[in-house]
Order: sequence, then structure tokens, then C-alpha cells
Amino acid sequence: MSKITFVQHDGETQTLDVENGLSVMNAAVDNLIPGIDADCGGECNCATCHVYVDETWMPKVGLPGAMEEAIMSLNPERQSNSRLSCQIKVSDELDGLVVNLPEFQY
Amino acid sequence: MDRVIIIGAGQAGGQAAASLRQQTYKGEILLFGDEPHPPYQRPLLSKQYLSSEEEQERIFLRAEAFYLKHKITLRLGESIEKISPNVNSVTTSTGEQIRYRDLILALGSRPRTLTIPGSDLRGIHYLRTLDHVDVIKSEMLAGKKLVIIGGGYIGLEVASVAVKIGLDVLIIETEDRILKRVTTEEMSAFYHQLHVDRGVQICLNTSIASFSGQENLEGVVCGDKVVPADMVIVGIGIVPNTKLAQAAGIACDNGISTDEYCRTSIDNIYAAGDCTHHPNPILGRRLRLESVPNAMEQAKVAASNILGKNKAYAAVPWFWSDQYEHKLQMVGFSTDGQEQCLRGDKAAKTFAIYYFRDQRLVAVDAVNAPADFAAGRQFYDRRFDLKKLSNIDIDIKDCLMDDQIDH
Repeated sequence: MSKITFVQHDGETQTLDVENGLSVMNAAVDNLIPGIDADCGGECNCATCHVYVDETWMPKVGLPGAMEEAIMSLNPERQSNSRLSCQIKVSDELDGLVVNLPEFQY
Repeated sequence: MDRVIIIGAGQAGGQAAASLRQQTYKGEILLFGDEPHPPYQRPLLSKQYLSSEEEQERIFLRAEAFYLKHKITLRLGESIEKISPNVNSVTTSTGEQIRYRDLILALGSRPRTLTIPGSDLRGIHYLRTLDHVDVIKSEMLAGKKLVIIGGGYIGLEVASVAVKIGLDVLIIETEDRILKRVTTEEMSAFYHQLHVDRGVQICLNTSIASFSGQENLEGVVCGDKVVPADMVIVGIGIVPNTKLAQAAGIACDNGISTDEYCRTSIDNIYAAGDCTHHPNPILGRRLRLESVPNAMEQAKVAASNILGKNKAYAAVPWFWSDQYEHKLQMVGFSTDGQEQCLRGDKAAKTFAIYYFRDQRLVAVDAVNAPADFAAGRQFYDRRFDLKKLSNIDIDIKDCLMDDQIDH
């Protein structure tokens, strides 16, 4: 289990205990976190699970893969800490991770 | 009595229940499904799940604990026999009558079946449910002869998994090209070659007359030829489940007719997903879609409207298909295009075809080209300079024609 914190665009915060091996998107969907729709179920197709990773966590979370990068590339709200949460696997390494949810996805 | 009943525990039904709770609906939610499983990701059935890349529990959309925690009552393995709109109730297969305030029909669709002689022999399969695939997986063994009836996406996805496992694969298609109903000649030709290169045999313009065998399938009869087969998978399309709605007097026309609010002809009855025939304001026509994104979106719209939010559905359809290591992503309907433009390198299998109608972008087929798929969704209905578009070195944004003013 690792703790993952979701911060809504209006500042509302929820911290979840998430089983390692699941994606950050899975955790959000299982807990009805608003703003993460995940229409494609984690296939890197739909880009409806976009999050901004807290900057201090970026070195551990890492940069998006090629497919993920391509899907996000035209989004005008894309930032340097943008990731698709279906592509972030929860592990001990990410215990305490904080992600911010973009307003455009709400 | 504040209760929403959802009939159908597929992707639309599951999403509708989740969306109701997410939007803080406080009443009871009953989710009926005739399959024994909680809602799962159907697209994976003919892809990762068939090739055993995903375990069963990973294809479920949400863990069972989710439904308990959010007080969504799953009534799995139970079917609804009757809807009585005049008294707002449904009757289950065991005769139980349950009242609702609002009803969501997420009835889905079922495979179109063959009725030719021998159609019920052991070894002939359809692929729509998790249970179907569990049986298919247990029989799909290296060295067997598999005949796939129908060169549509299901058939082609199955072929690519079967080839990897080591089966001998033949596709039989009645039309003069595979994927004829859903895509353009150029894309059909590309996928035809892709499969032939992997050793799949494809017979076009061929109808089957019957299946041979006593109890077990032995062969497929086409004209005066019998093709030996250990296994057949039939993928000749799906038909929407409308019987329950029709019997209740709900208007149907190639699916359950809905308005843009996912409402049926009866006020407190909504419908979502594959079973609907609905208006799409962006495409400017009514249509039925066999698509997960559509199921999810309509489920959200129906849930919002049950909560009085007056939300209209307006989404550009999109689809995907995985064959071998190649990912096809589609926006819109390429068959709507009058003019097309190739971007990328077809020989390298990394390309997209952009389709235009009255010079406006109406569809993109992207093969291993996710950036073009993203562009299709972002720039739908925009005009492009086709000369620039065909040059992959020019940034996609610089290929747009500035038509925001006259649009």
C-alpha cells in the first residue's frame, strides 16, 4: 500500500491508500475521484486521466513515454509535469505522491 | 421511492452507476446484468485478454468492493423479463417486481448469428462475452486450424492473436475486401497485406453454405469445397438488444431511439451505449455506434440528466483496434470522406490518413501514429493545407488553415 493524494483544481484534497501495482488512474476510478474519467480503461487512447504531478515528485515519477507524449502533445493545457495517470504504476517508491487534477478535465 | 434501476451491467451500465454516485445521487441503485461478472472492459476480450496478457480480475472496470462501498447493488446473473412503464416497474426472471423512479437501459448488443446447416456444431464460437472468450482461449491451441468468418475488426484481432499462438488461420469474407463496412479501400488493402504477411489466408467474395461434422465441427463448406477446420469464430457484426424496450412500447428504430439527452420515448427511461440509436449534433445525423467511448459518454449524460442537469450529448466518435504489434486509432468515419491525404510512411507502418468532406476534416485513421489521432480529435471539422499536411516534417499546427473567422 502507498498513499496517493489527489488535489482538485479547487483545492479539495483526498488521500487514498492504494495497492502497489495498480495505476494512479485505477485508484482514482475506484474511489470516484472527480475529473478522472478514464474512458479507454488505461490504454493510453483517450487522455481523460491527465494529471499534473507535484514537481517535487517528477524525478521519481519520470517523463511520459512516446505514446503518452503524442496523445497529450496538442493539449494547450499540457505542462512540463503533465502525465496520464493510467501510465503511472503505484509502488513503494511513490508512497506519498501528490497529483493535481486539471480544471479542463472536470 | 428514490431508486434508479439500470438494466445491463456492461460498460455503459457500470459507468452510469458510478456517475450517479460521483454526482452524489443518494437513492438506491440496482444494476442488473445477465452475465455473472461485474462490469468489465469488453474491448480487451479480443485483444489482451484473448492473448492472456491480462488476468481476469484486471479486466474488471472496478473491484467488487467498489460497489459495496458505494452502495450499488449488483444483481448479476439475473435478467429482466419485462418493463411496465405505466407503473414504473420491472419484473425479474424470478418474477420479482421492483419499482423505479428512473430506469436506464444499457442493454448492449449481441453477435449476429449464422443459421446455415451445422451452425450449432461444437467448435463454432461467437466472441462477445468474457465467458465466450474463456472457452475460446481453452481451445485456441497451436497447430489447430481456425477459420474466421467475417473480415471485420473482431475477426482481424482474433486472427492476429491466433497467429501468435501458432494456429493456422483462414479468414472468409463475403465482400470483395476486408473491413468494407467500416473503412476505405486504402486501409482495407493495408490490413489485408499485414495479415497475409503474417501467414493468414484470406478468401474474399466467399460465402459459406454450411458446416460439416457430426457433433464436432470438421469443416466449412464453401461452394463445392470443404475447408477442414478444428475451430470457427464468427464475427459478422452485432445487433442491438431492443426486444425488452420494444415490448414495453419504447420507440425503437435500429436501436432504442433516444434524444440528445439519452432519453427514450418515455420520460423517466433513459438508454446508453451500443443499444441506442441517437442524434449526433456534430455529425448532423442519427446513428447507432458500437463503441466504448460512446457507451461511457452516454452513461455520463444519462446519469447527469437523471439528476436534472440538462446535459446534452455531443461527441466525435472514436475507436481503436490492436492487431499484432500495431495500434490503429480512428476518429470519425473515414467513409464520410470525399478527399484524403496521407501523412507519414506507409511502408514503415507509421502513418495516418486524414479524410475531408467539403474541405473539412471528418476522420483520421492513424496506424502507430498517436499524434495524428490526437490531431484528429483536436482539429475535427478544421481545414488543412493538404500539401503541407502530407509533409510529416511540418508541424501539424502549421498545416491548419486559419478559418476560425468564417467558420
